[in-house]
Amino acid sequence: MALQPAITELDQLKDKPAVAALQAASLVDSAKFDRDELTIYVNRADIRRACEILRDSPTTKFNFLSDVTCVDVFPSEPRFEVIYNLLSHSRKERVSLIAKVPGGDPSIESLIGVWPSANFFEREVFDLFGVRFVGHPNLRRIMMPEDWEGHPLRKDYPVEGYR
Amino acid sequence: MILNMGPQHPSTHGVLRLLLEIDGETVVKCVPDIGYLHTGIEKTCEAKFYQQVVPLTDRIDYLCPMTNNLTYCLAVEKLLQLEIPPRAQYLRVLLNELTRINSHLVWLGTHALDIGAMTVFLYCFREREEVLKIFENVAGQRMMTSYFRIGGVSLDPPLDFWAKVKKFIDKFSDCIDEYEGLLTANPIWIERTRGVAYISADDCIALGVTGPSARGSGVDWDLRRDMPYSGYEKFQFKVPVSNDGDVYARYLLRVQELRESNKIARQALEGMPEGPFKADSPKVILPDREKMKTQMEALIYHFKIVTEGFAVPAGEVYQAVESPRGEMGYYVRSDGTAKPYRVHMRSACFANLQALEKLCVGRLLADVVAAIGSIDIVLGEIDR
Repeated sequence: MALQPAITELDQLKDKPAVAALQAASLVDSAKFDRDELTIYVNRADIRRACEILRDSPTTKFNFLSDVTCVDVFPSEPRFEVIYNLLSHSRKERVSLIAKVPGGDPSIESLIGVWPSANFFEREVFDLFGVRFVGHPNLRRIMMPEDWEGHPLRKDYPVEGYR
Repeated sequence: MILNMGPQHPSTHGVLRLLLEIDGETVVKCVPDIGYLHTGIEKTCEAKFYQQVVPLTDRIDYLCPMTNNLTYCLAVEKLLQLEIPPRAQYLRVLLNELTRINSHLVWLGTHALDIGAMTVFLYCFREREEVLKIFENVAGQRMMTSYFRIGGVSLDPPLDFWAKVKKFIDKFSDCIDEYEGLLTANPIWIERTRGVAYISADDCIALGVTGPSARGSGVDWDLRRDMPYSGYEKFQFKVPVSNDGDVYARYLLRVQELRESNKIARQALEGMPEGPFKADSPKVILPDREKMKTQMEALIYHFKIVTEGFAVPAGEVYQAVESPRGEMGYYVRSDGTAKPYRVHMRSACFANLQALEKLCVGRLLADVVAAIGSIDIVLGEIDR
Protein backbone atom coordinates (compact mmCIF):
# COMPACT_ATOMS: atom_id res chain seq x y z
CA MET A 1 0.00 0.00 0.00
CA ALA A 2 1.35 3.38 -0.91
CA LEU A 3 1.35 6.00 1.78
CA GLN A 4 -1.53 8.45 1.30
CA PRO A 5 -0.66 12.07 2.06
CA ALA A 6 -2.32 13.48 5.17
CA ILE A 7 -5.36 15.72 4.67
CA THR A 8 -4.76 18.96 6.52
CA GLU A 9 -7.24 21.33 4.81
CA LEU A 10 -10.01 22.17 7.27
CA ASP A 11 -12.49 22.51 4.39
CA GLN A 12 -12.02 18.86 3.45
CA LEU A 13 -12.48 17.73 7.04
CA LYS A 14 -15.78 19.51 7.63
CA ASP A 15 -17.75 16.28 7.19
CA LYS A 16 -16.07 14.86 10.31
CA PRO A 17 -18.51 15.47 13.17
CA ALA A 18 -15.73 16.17 15.67
CA VAL A 19 -14.22 18.89 13.46
CA ALA A 20 -17.63 20.39 12.73
CA ALA A 21 -18.66 20.45 16.39
CA LEU A 22 -15.44 22.16 17.48
CA GLN A 23 -15.47 24.54 14.54
CA ALA A 24 -18.95 25.73 15.52
CA ALA A 25 -17.39 26.93 18.77
CA SER A 26 -14.30 28.10 16.82
CA LEU A 27 -11.91 25.99 18.89
CA VAL A 28 -10.01 24.31 16.05
CA ASP A 29 -6.45 25.50 15.51
CA SER A 30 -5.78 22.98 12.77
CA ALA A 31 -6.56 19.37 12.02
CA LYS A 32 -5.21 16.45 10.08
CA PHE A 33 -6.51 13.15 8.83
CA ASP A 34 -3.59 10.79 8.50
CA ARG A 35 -3.56 6.97 8.24
CA ASP A 36 -7.28 6.81 9.04
CA GLU A 37 -6.83 8.79 12.24
CA LEU A 38 -8.28 12.20 12.95
CA THR A 39 -6.18 14.59 14.99
CA ILE A 40 -7.36 18.04 16.03
CA TYR A 41 -5.06 20.70 17.42
CA VAL A 42 -6.65 23.00 19.98
CA ASN A 43 -5.39 25.89 22.02
CA ARG A 44 -4.30 24.80 25.48
CA ALA A 45 -6.70 27.28 27.14
CA ASP A 46 -9.65 25.66 25.34
CA ILE A 47 -8.91 22.00 26.07
CA ARG A 48 -11.54 21.54 28.74
CA ARG A 49 -14.27 23.24 26.70
CA ALA A 50 -13.34 21.24 23.62
CA CYS A 51 -13.59 17.99 25.57
CA GLU A 52 -16.93 18.95 27.07
CA ILE A 53 -18.31 19.77 23.63
CA LEU A 54 -17.06 16.48 22.17
CA ARG A 55 -18.48 14.53 25.10
CA ASP A 56 -21.90 16.19 25.19
CA SER A 57 -22.66 17.04 21.57
CA PRO A 58 -25.18 14.54 20.10
CA THR A 59 -23.25 14.37 16.83
CA THR A 60 -19.96 13.35 18.43
CA LYS A 61 -20.71 11.50 21.73
CA PHE A 62 -17.10 10.87 22.68
CA ASN A 63 -18.00 9.38 26.04
CA PHE A 64 -14.72 7.69 26.94
CA LEU A 65 -11.25 9.06 27.60
CA SER A 66 -8.89 6.36 26.35
CA ASP A 67 -5.56 7.89 27.00
CA VAL A 68 -3.62 10.99 27.94
CA THR A 69 0.00 11.22 26.99
CA CYS A 70 2.63 13.75 26.03
CA VAL A 71 5.44 14.21 23.56
CA ASP A 72 8.48 16.39 24.15
CA VAL A 73 9.64 18.06 20.92
CA PHE A 74 12.72 19.62 22.52
CA PRO A 75 14.43 21.87 21.46
CA SER A 76 11.64 23.44 19.39
CA GLU A 77 8.89 25.51 20.98
CA PRO A 78 6.14 25.08 22.14
CA ARG A 79 7.94 22.21 23.71
CA PHE A 80 5.24 19.80 24.87
CA GLU A 81 2.31 18.31 23.04
CA VAL A 82 -0.29 16.85 25.37
CA ILE A 83 -2.35 14.26 23.52
CA TYR A 84 -5.84 13.19 24.52
CA ASN A 85 -7.34 10.15 22.87
CA LEU A 86 -11.14 10.07 22.98
CA LEU A 87 -13.37 7.18 22.06
CA SER A 88 -17.06 7.08 21.24
CA HIS A 89 -18.68 3.78 22.17
CA SER A 90 -21.89 4.46 20.25
CA ARG A 91 -20.24 5.76 17.07
CA LYS A 92 -17.20 3.44 17.21
CA GLU A 93 -14.81 6.23 16.42
CA ARG A 94 -11.68 7.75 17.88
CA VAL A 95 -10.27 11.25 17.81
CA SER A 96 -7.04 12.69 19.16
CA LEU A 97 -6.85 16.18 20.59
CA ILE A 98 -3.45 17.80 20.81
CA ALA A 99 -2.72 20.87 22.90
CA LYS A 100 0.70 22.48 22.63
CA VAL A 101 2.23 23.62 25.89
CA PRO A 102 5.26 25.93 26.07
CA GLY A 103 8.39 24.78 27.91
CA GLY A 104 8.61 28.00 29.92
CA ASP A 105 5.24 27.50 31.58
CA PRO A 106 4.29 23.84 31.21
CA SER A 107 0.74 23.87 32.51
CA ILE A 108 -2.68 22.98 31.18
CA GLU A 109 -6.13 22.65 32.67
CA SER A 110 -6.96 19.30 34.23
CA LEU A 111 -9.72 17.17 32.71
CA ILE A 112 -10.56 15.47 35.95
CA GLY A 113 -13.91 17.27 36.11
CA VAL A 114 -14.86 15.96 32.67
CA TRP A 115 -13.59 12.40 33.05
CA PRO A 116 -12.41 11.21 36.49
CA SER A 117 -10.23 8.67 34.66
CA ALA A 118 -7.86 11.52 33.77
CA ASN A 119 -6.57 11.28 37.35
CA PHE A 120 -3.80 8.65 36.89
CA PHE A 121 -3.06 9.60 33.29
CA GLU A 122 -2.39 13.22 34.22
CA ARG A 123 -0.30 12.22 37.21
CA GLU A 124 1.80 10.06 34.91
CA VAL A 125 2.35 12.91 32.44
CA PHE A 126 3.21 15.25 35.32
CA ASP A 127 5.66 12.74 36.76
CA LEU A 128 7.47 11.87 33.54
CA PHE A 129 7.28 15.20 31.67
CA GLY A 130 6.72 17.84 34.30
CA VAL A 131 3.57 19.25 32.74
CA ARG A 132 1.38 20.66 35.51
CA PHE A 133 -2.37 20.06 35.35
CA VAL A 134 -4.15 23.02 36.91
CA GLY A 135 -7.08 21.91 39.05
CA HIS A 136 -5.85 18.37 39.63
CA PRO A 137 -6.54 17.59 43.31
CA ASN A 138 -3.67 15.17 43.84
CA LEU A 139 -0.85 16.02 41.45
CA ARG A 140 1.91 13.86 42.93
CA ARG A 141 4.51 11.65 41.31
CA ILE A 142 3.11 8.24 40.46
CA MET A 143 5.91 6.18 38.88
CA MET A 144 9.09 7.73 40.25
CA PRO A 145 9.94 8.10 43.96
CA GLU A 146 8.55 11.23 45.62
CA ASP A 147 11.98 12.82 46.01
CA TRP A 148 13.14 12.18 42.44
CA GLU A 149 14.70 15.09 40.59
CA GLY A 150 13.89 15.75 36.95
CA HIS A 151 11.37 14.28 34.57
CA PRO A 152 12.69 11.15 32.82
CA LEU A 153 10.75 11.21 29.56
CA ARG A 154 11.95 14.69 28.62
CA LYS A 155 14.31 14.57 25.66
CA ASP A 156 17.09 16.39 27.51
CA TYR A 157 17.10 13.68 30.21
CA PRO A 158 19.69 10.99 29.38
CA VAL A 159 18.45 7.46 28.76
CA GLU A 160 20.81 6.01 31.35
CA GLY A 161 19.86 8.71 33.89
CA TYR A 162 22.19 11.03 35.77
CA ARG A 163 24.92 9.13 37.59
CA MET B 1 -6.62 3.12 61.57
CA ILE B 2 -4.29 3.18 58.58
CA LEU B 3 -3.27 -0.25 57.36
CA ASN B 4 -0.44 -0.81 54.93
CA MET B 5 -1.12 -3.68 52.54
CA GLY B 6 1.81 -4.66 50.35
CA PRO B 7 4.08 -4.05 48.49
CA GLN B 8 4.90 -7.67 49.27
CA HIS B 9 1.57 -9.34 49.77
CA PRO B 10 0.57 -12.63 48.16
CA SER B 11 -2.79 -11.40 46.93
CA THR B 12 -1.68 -8.19 45.25
CA HIS B 13 -0.24 -10.14 42.29
CA GLY B 14 2.98 -8.22 42.16
CA VAL B 15 4.26 -5.23 44.03
CA LEU B 16 1.18 -3.15 44.66
CA ARG B 17 0.97 -1.17 47.86
CA LEU B 18 -2.41 -0.18 49.22
CA LEU B 19 -2.91 2.35 51.96
CA LEU B 20 -6.14 1.31 53.61
CA GLU B 21 -7.92 3.49 56.10
CA ILE B 22 -10.17 1.20 58.09
CA ASP B 23 -12.85 1.68 60.67
CA GLY B 24 -13.09 -1.63 62.48
CA GLU B 25 -13.32 -4.08 59.58
CA THR B 26 -14.78 -1.58 57.11
CA VAL B 27 -12.63 0.12 54.51
CA VAL B 28 -13.06 3.90 54.56
CA LYS B 29 -10.40 4.86 52.07
CA CYS B 30 -8.12 2.94 49.74
CA VAL B 31 -5.16 4.61 48.05
CA PRO B 32 -3.09 2.52 45.63
CA ASP B 33 0.63 3.29 45.56
CA ILE B 34 2.36 2.06 42.42
CA GLY B 35 5.67 2.50 40.66
CA TYR B 36 7.72 -0.23 42.32
CA LEU B 37 8.28 -1.95 38.99
CA HIS B 38 8.84 1.18 36.91
CA THR B 39 11.69 0.41 34.53
CA GLY B 40 11.30 3.23 32.03
CA ILE B 41 10.46 1.01 29.06
CA GLU B 42 8.97 3.98 27.19
CA LYS B 43 12.28 5.83 27.50
CA THR B 44 14.26 2.76 26.45
CA CYS B 45 12.11 2.40 23.32
CA GLU B 46 13.27 5.80 22.11
CA ALA B 47 16.87 4.55 21.98
CA LYS B 48 16.13 1.37 19.99
CA PHE B 49 15.42 0.60 16.37
CA TYR B 50 11.80 -0.15 15.57
CA GLN B 51 12.36 -3.91 15.38
CA GLN B 52 14.32 -3.91 18.64
CA VAL B 53 11.31 -2.64 20.55
CA VAL B 54 9.37 -5.89 20.01
CA PRO B 55 11.19 -7.84 22.77
CA LEU B 56 10.68 -4.93 25.15
CA THR B 57 6.92 -5.11 24.71
CA ASP B 58 6.89 -8.70 26.04
CA ARG B 59 8.37 -7.58 29.29
CA ILE B 60 5.63 -5.21 30.29
CA ASP B 61 3.12 -7.99 30.83
CA TYR B 62 4.35 -11.50 31.53
CA LEU B 63 0.90 -13.01 31.00
CA CYS B 64 0.12 -11.67 27.55
CA PRO B 65 3.35 -11.17 25.60
CA MET B 66 1.67 -11.91 22.25
CA THR B 67 -0.97 -9.23 22.78
CA ASN B 68 1.64 -6.60 23.40
CA ASN B 69 3.72 -7.77 20.43
CA LEU B 70 0.63 -7.56 18.27
CA THR B 71 -0.35 -4.07 19.38
CA TYR B 72 3.08 -2.65 18.79
CA CYS B 73 3.46 -4.38 15.42
CA LEU B 74 0.03 -3.19 14.30
CA ALA B 75 0.91 0.37 15.28
CA VAL B 76 4.17 0.38 13.32
CA GLU B 77 2.51 -1.38 10.39
CA LYS B 78 -0.09 1.37 10.38
CA LEU B 79 2.69 3.95 10.27
CA LEU B 80 4.29 2.10 7.36
CA GLN B 81 0.90 1.24 5.77
CA LEU B 82 2.04 -2.35 5.38
CA GLU B 83 -0.39 -5.00 4.25
CA ILE B 84 -0.20 -8.22 6.24
CA PRO B 85 -0.86 -11.52 4.45
CA PRO B 86 -3.88 -13.51 5.68
CA ARG B 87 -1.85 -16.42 7.04
CA ALA B 88 0.06 -14.11 9.37
CA GLN B 89 -3.18 -12.47 10.47
CA TYR B 90 -4.79 -15.82 11.29
CA LEU B 91 -1.68 -16.99 13.12
CA ARG B 92 -1.70 -13.81 15.15
CA VAL B 93 -5.36 -14.26 16.02
CA LEU B 94 -4.81 -17.90 16.97
CA LEU B 95 -1.87 -17.09 19.22
CA ASN B 96 -3.64 -14.11 20.73
CA GLU B 97 -6.58 -16.22 21.74
CA LEU B 98 -4.24 -18.82 23.25
CA THR B 99 -2.61 -15.95 25.11
CA ARG B 100 -6.01 -14.87 26.39
CA ILE B 101 -6.65 -18.42 27.58
CA ASN B 102 -3.25 -18.46 29.28
CA SER B 103 -3.87 -15.13 30.97
CA HIS B 104 -7.39 -15.96 32.12
CA LEU B 105 -6.21 -19.31 33.47
CA VAL B 106 -3.56 -17.67 35.62
CA TRP B 107 -6.12 -15.12 36.72
CA LEU B 108 -8.69 -17.77 37.61
CA GLY B 109 -6.17 -19.91 39.46
CA THR B 110 -4.67 -17.12 41.55
CA HIS B 111 -7.98 -15.38 42.14
CA ALA B 112 -9.48 -18.60 43.49
CA LEU B 113 -6.34 -19.21 45.53
CA ASP B 114 -6.66 -15.77 47.12
CA ILE B 115 -10.19 -16.53 48.17
CA GLY B 116 -9.22 -19.96 49.45
CA ALA B 117 -10.02 -22.46 46.68
CA MET B 118 -6.70 -24.20 46.29
CA THR B 119 -7.75 -26.95 43.86
CA VAL B 120 -8.68 -24.61 41.02
CA PHE B 121 -5.14 -23.27 40.95
CA LEU B 122 -3.71 -26.72 40.28
CA TYR B 123 -6.27 -27.44 37.56
CA CYS B 124 -5.67 -24.10 35.81
CA PHE B 125 -1.92 -24.41 35.83
CA ARG B 126 -2.20 -27.90 34.36
CA GLU B 127 -3.79 -26.43 31.21
CA ARG B 128 -1.64 -23.33 31.27
CA GLU B 129 1.41 -25.54 31.05
CA GLU B 130 0.08 -26.95 27.79
CA VAL B 131 -0.41 -23.46 26.34
CA LEU B 132 3.14 -22.58 27.34
CA LYS B 133 4.38 -25.75 25.65
CA ILE B 134 2.60 -24.63 22.48
CA PHE B 135 4.32 -21.24 22.77
CA GLU B 136 7.66 -22.94 23.25
CA ASN B 137 6.99 -25.08 20.21
CA VAL B 138 6.19 -22.13 17.97
CA ALA B 139 8.46 -19.39 19.33
CA GLY B 140 11.19 -21.22 21.23
CA GLN B 141 10.25 -19.43 24.44
CA ARG B 142 7.61 -20.16 27.02
CA MET B 143 6.86 -16.68 28.26
CA MET B 144 8.78 -13.88 26.57
CA THR B 145 7.92 -15.12 23.12
CA SER B 146 8.75 -12.11 20.87
CA TYR B 147 7.33 -14.16 18.03
CA PHE B 148 5.64 -11.39 16.06
CA ARG B 149 7.61 -9.18 13.73
CA ILE B 150 6.77 -5.91 12.09
CA GLY B 151 5.18 -7.20 8.88
CA GLY B 152 4.20 -10.69 10.01
CA VAL B 153 5.62 -13.36 12.26
CA SER B 154 9.21 -14.52 12.60
CA LEU B 155 8.87 -18.04 11.17
CA ASP B 156 6.27 -20.43 9.88
CA PRO B 157 5.26 -22.70 12.79
CA PRO B 158 6.86 -26.17 12.96
CA LEU B 159 4.93 -29.04 11.39
CA ASP B 160 3.78 -30.62 14.65
CA PHE B 161 2.39 -27.29 15.90
CA TRP B 162 -1.03 -27.72 14.30
CA ALA B 163 -1.70 -31.12 15.82
CA LYS B 164 -0.66 -29.87 19.26
CA VAL B 165 -2.99 -26.88 19.08
CA LYS B 166 -5.84 -29.05 17.83
CA LYS B 167 -5.36 -31.51 20.67
CA PHE B 168 -5.45 -28.67 23.20
CA ILE B 169 -8.51 -26.97 21.71
CA ASP B 170 -10.42 -30.24 21.52
CA LYS B 171 -10.06 -31.05 25.17
CA PHE B 172 -10.06 -27.53 26.64
CA SER B 173 -13.82 -27.14 26.63
CA ASP B 174 -14.12 -30.08 29.05
CA CYS B 175 -11.49 -28.50 31.28
CA ILE B 176 -13.57 -25.34 31.58
CA ASP B 177 -16.45 -27.52 32.73
CA GLU B 178 -14.16 -28.85 35.45
CA TYR B 179 -13.31 -25.35 36.72
CA GLU B 180 -16.94 -24.39 36.67
CA GLY B 181 -17.83 -27.58 38.50
CA LEU B 182 -15.47 -26.51 41.28
CA LEU B 183 -16.61 -22.92 41.59
CA THR B 184 -19.81 -21.81 39.88
CA ALA B 185 -22.24 -23.45 42.30
CA ASN B 186 -19.85 -23.61 45.23
CA PRO B 187 -21.62 -21.97 48.22
CA ILE B 188 -18.40 -20.67 49.79
CA TRP B 189 -17.32 -19.14 46.48
CA ILE B 190 -20.72 -17.52 45.96
CA GLU B 191 -20.74 -16.18 49.50
CA ARG B 192 -17.32 -14.57 49.01
CA THR B 193 -18.01 -13.09 45.57
CA ARG B 194 -21.68 -12.38 44.91
CA GLY B 195 -22.65 -8.76 45.58
CA VAL B 196 -19.04 -7.97 46.53
CA ALA B 197 -17.17 -4.98 45.04
CA TYR B 198 -20.00 -3.63 42.91
CA ILE B 199 -19.34 -1.02 40.22
CA SER B 200 -21.87 0.48 37.81
CA ALA B 201 -21.51 0.88 34.05
CA ASP B 202 -21.41 4.68 34.32
CA ASP B 203 -18.63 4.51 36.88
CA CYS B 204 -16.71 2.15 34.63
CA ILE B 205 -16.84 4.63 31.75
CA ALA B 206 -16.03 7.59 33.97
CA LEU B 207 -13.06 5.82 35.56
CA GLY B 208 -11.67 4.44 32.30
CA VAL B 209 -12.33 0.78 33.09
CA THR B 210 -12.21 -1.50 30.04
CA GLY B 211 -12.23 -5.16 29.20
CA PRO B 212 -13.93 -7.93 31.18
CA SER B 213 -14.12 -5.72 34.26
CA ALA B 214 -16.29 -3.22 32.37
CA ARG B 215 -18.34 -5.86 30.56
CA GLY B 216 -19.14 -7.40 33.93
CA SER B 217 -20.94 -4.14 34.70
CA GLY B 218 -22.88 -3.97 31.45
CA VAL B 219 -20.58 -1.93 29.20
CA ASP B 220 -21.15 -3.73 25.91
CA TRP B 221 -17.82 -2.96 24.29
CA ASP B 222 -15.20 -5.26 22.85
CA LEU B 223 -12.59 -3.91 20.46
CA ARG B 224 -12.37 -7.26 18.69
CA ARG B 225 -15.99 -6.93 17.61
CA ASP B 226 -16.47 -3.16 17.53
CA MET B 227 -13.23 -1.93 16.01
CA PRO B 228 -11.77 -5.09 14.48
CA TYR B 229 -8.04 -5.41 13.81
CA SER B 230 -5.85 -8.17 12.40
CA GLY B 231 -8.80 -9.82 10.64
CA TYR B 232 -11.06 -10.30 13.68
CA GLU B 233 -14.04 -9.29 11.53
CA LYS B 234 -13.84 -12.71 9.84
CA PHE B 235 -14.50 -14.63 13.05
CA GLN B 236 -17.80 -15.52 14.66
CA PHE B 237 -17.90 -15.08 18.41
CA LYS B 238 -20.13 -13.75 21.15
CA VAL B 239 -19.18 -10.99 23.55
CA PRO B 240 -20.49 -11.98 26.97
CA VAL B 241 -21.93 -9.09 28.99
CA SER B 242 -23.37 -9.12 32.48
CA ASN B 243 -25.24 -6.41 34.36
CA ASP B 244 -24.47 -7.56 37.90
CA GLY B 245 -21.19 -5.68 38.28
CA ASP B 246 -19.87 -7.78 41.18
CA VAL B 247 -16.93 -10.14 41.58
CA TYR B 248 -19.09 -13.15 40.75
CA ALA B 249 -20.26 -11.55 37.49
CA ARG B 250 -16.69 -10.83 36.46
CA TYR B 251 -15.76 -14.43 37.27
CA LEU B 252 -18.59 -15.88 35.18
CA LEU B 253 -17.79 -13.50 32.35
CA ARG B 254 -14.14 -14.46 32.14
CA VAL B 255 -15.05 -18.14 32.16
CA GLN B 256 -17.40 -17.50 29.24
CA GLU B 257 -14.60 -15.62 27.52
CA LEU B 258 -12.42 -18.71 27.85
CA ARG B 259 -15.05 -20.64 25.89
CA GLU B 260 -15.31 -17.92 23.24
CA SER B 261 -11.53 -17.72 22.92
CA ASN B 262 -11.42 -21.45 22.41
CA LYS B 263 -14.02 -21.08 19.66
CA ILE B 264 -12.06 -18.32 17.92
CA ALA B 265 -8.87 -20.35 18.17
CA ARG B 266 -10.65 -23.31 16.56
CA GLN B 267 -11.92 -21.12 13.70
CA ALA B 268 -8.44 -19.71 13.17
CA LEU B 269 -6.93 -23.17 13.15
CA GLU B 270 -9.47 -24.65 10.77
CA GLY B 271 -9.54 -21.69 8.43
CA MET B 272 -5.77 -21.14 8.39
CA PRO B 273 -4.95 -19.93 4.87
CA GLU B 274 -1.88 -21.04 2.98
CA GLY B 275 0.63 -18.48 1.77
CA PRO B 276 3.41 -16.30 3.06
CA PHE B 277 3.69 -15.57 6.79
CA LYS B 278 5.23 -12.14 6.34
CA ALA B 279 4.56 -9.16 4.14
CA ASP B 280 6.42 -8.56 0.92
CA SER B 281 8.49 -5.54 1.85
CA PRO B 282 12.22 -6.26 1.61
CA LYS B 283 13.25 -2.93 3.12
CA VAL B 284 11.41 -3.66 6.36
CA ILE B 285 11.38 -7.43 6.76
CA LEU B 286 14.46 -9.59 7.05
CA PRO B 287 14.91 -11.92 4.07
CA ASP B 288 14.72 -15.71 4.38
CA ARG B 289 17.93 -17.32 5.51
CA GLU B 290 18.18 -19.29 2.27
CA LYS B 291 17.81 -16.17 0.11
CA MET B 292 20.28 -14.27 2.21
CA LYS B 293 22.95 -16.88 1.52
CA THR B 294 22.34 -17.09 -2.20
CA GLN B 295 21.29 -13.63 -3.35
CA MET B 296 23.38 -10.48 -3.17
CA GLU B 297 20.32 -8.22 -2.98
CA ALA B 298 18.88 -10.06 0.01
CA LEU B 299 22.22 -9.97 1.80
CA ILE B 300 22.42 -6.19 1.37
CA TYR B 301 18.91 -5.70 2.74
CA HIS B 302 19.67 -7.97 5.66
CA PHE B 303 22.83 -6.05 6.47
CA LYS B 304 21.09 -2.70 6.22
CA ILE B 305 18.10 -3.65 8.36
CA VAL B 306 20.26 -5.18 11.08
CA THR B 307 22.83 -2.39 11.23
CA GLU B 308 20.82 0.76 10.55
CA GLY B 309 17.19 -0.31 10.95
CA PHE B 310 14.56 0.96 8.56
CA ALA B 311 13.17 4.46 8.31
CA VAL B 312 9.48 4.89 9.09
CA PRO B 313 7.64 7.81 7.46
CA ALA B 314 6.89 10.62 9.89
CA GLY B 315 3.53 10.56 11.58
CA GLU B 316 1.70 9.38 14.66
CA VAL B 317 -0.76 6.57 15.32
CA TYR B 318 -2.71 5.16 18.21
CA GLN B 319 -3.50 1.48 17.91
CA ALA B 320 -5.61 -0.34 20.48
CA VAL B 321 -6.41 -4.01 20.84
CA GLU B 322 -8.55 -5.96 23.27
CA SER B 323 -6.04 -7.51 25.63
CA PRO B 324 -7.20 -10.03 28.27
CA ARG B 325 -7.46 -7.09 30.65
CA GLY B 326 -9.02 -4.42 28.46
CA GLU B 327 -7.92 -1.80 26.01
CA MET B 328 -4.19 -2.09 25.39
CA GLY B 329 -3.11 0.84 23.25
CA TYR B 330 0.19 1.88 21.72
CA TYR B 331 0.81 5.45 20.70
CA VAL B 332 3.81 5.57 18.36
CA ARG B 333 5.22 8.72 16.83
CA SER B 334 7.83 8.67 14.12
CA ASP B 335 10.02 11.55 13.01
CA GLY B 336 11.13 9.76 9.84
CA THR B 337 14.19 8.04 11.29
CA ALA B 338 14.87 4.41 12.21
CA LYS B 339 14.11 4.92 15.90
CA PRO B 340 10.69 5.77 17.31
CA TYR B 341 10.42 9.34 18.55
CA ARG B 342 7.97 8.33 21.24
CA VAL B 343 6.28 5.10 22.24
CA HIS B 344 3.53 5.27 24.80
CA MET B 345 1.67 2.28 26.16
CA ARG B 346 -1.88 2.83 27.27
CA SER B 347 -2.15 0.11 29.85
CA ALA B 348 -5.53 -1.40 30.65
CA CYS B 349 -4.56 -2.29 34.22
CA PHE B 350 -3.30 1.23 34.90
CA ALA B 351 -6.74 2.65 34.15
CA ASN B 352 -8.62 -0.23 35.77
CA LEU B 353 -6.71 0.25 39.01
CA GLN B 354 -8.38 3.64 39.42
CA ALA B 355 -11.63 1.82 40.05
CA LEU B 356 -10.20 -0.07 43.03
CA GLU B 357 -11.16 2.62 45.52
CA LYS B 358 -14.74 2.55 44.25
CA LEU B 359 -14.79 -1.23 44.61
CA CYS B 360 -13.38 -1.37 48.14
CA VAL B 361 -14.81 1.58 50.02
CA GLY B 362 -17.59 0.57 52.40
CA ARG B 363 -16.75 -3.12 52.10
CA LEU B 364 -15.02 -5.40 54.57
CA LEU B 365 -11.25 -5.67 54.67
CA ALA B 366 -11.42 -9.30 53.53
CA ASP B 367 -13.26 -8.21 50.37
CA VAL B 368 -10.28 -6.11 49.25
CA VAL B 369 -8.53 -9.32 48.28
CA ALA B 370 -11.50 -10.40 46.17
CA ALA B 371 -11.76 -6.94 44.60
CA ILE B 372 -8.09 -6.81 43.58
CA GLY B 373 -8.35 -10.28 42.08
CA SER B 374 -11.49 -9.46 40.17
CA ILE B 375 -10.01 -6.57 38.18
CA ASP B 376 -7.09 -8.80 37.14
CA ILE B 377 -4.12 -6.48 37.39
CA VAL B 378 -0.54 -7.13 36.35
CA LEU B 379 1.84 -4.72 38.00
CA GLY B 380 4.47 -4.89 35.30
CA GLU B 381 1.97 -3.43 32.89
CA ILE B 382 0.86 -0.72 35.31
CA ASP B 383 4.35 0.52 36.08
CA ARG B 384 6.04 -0.20 32.76
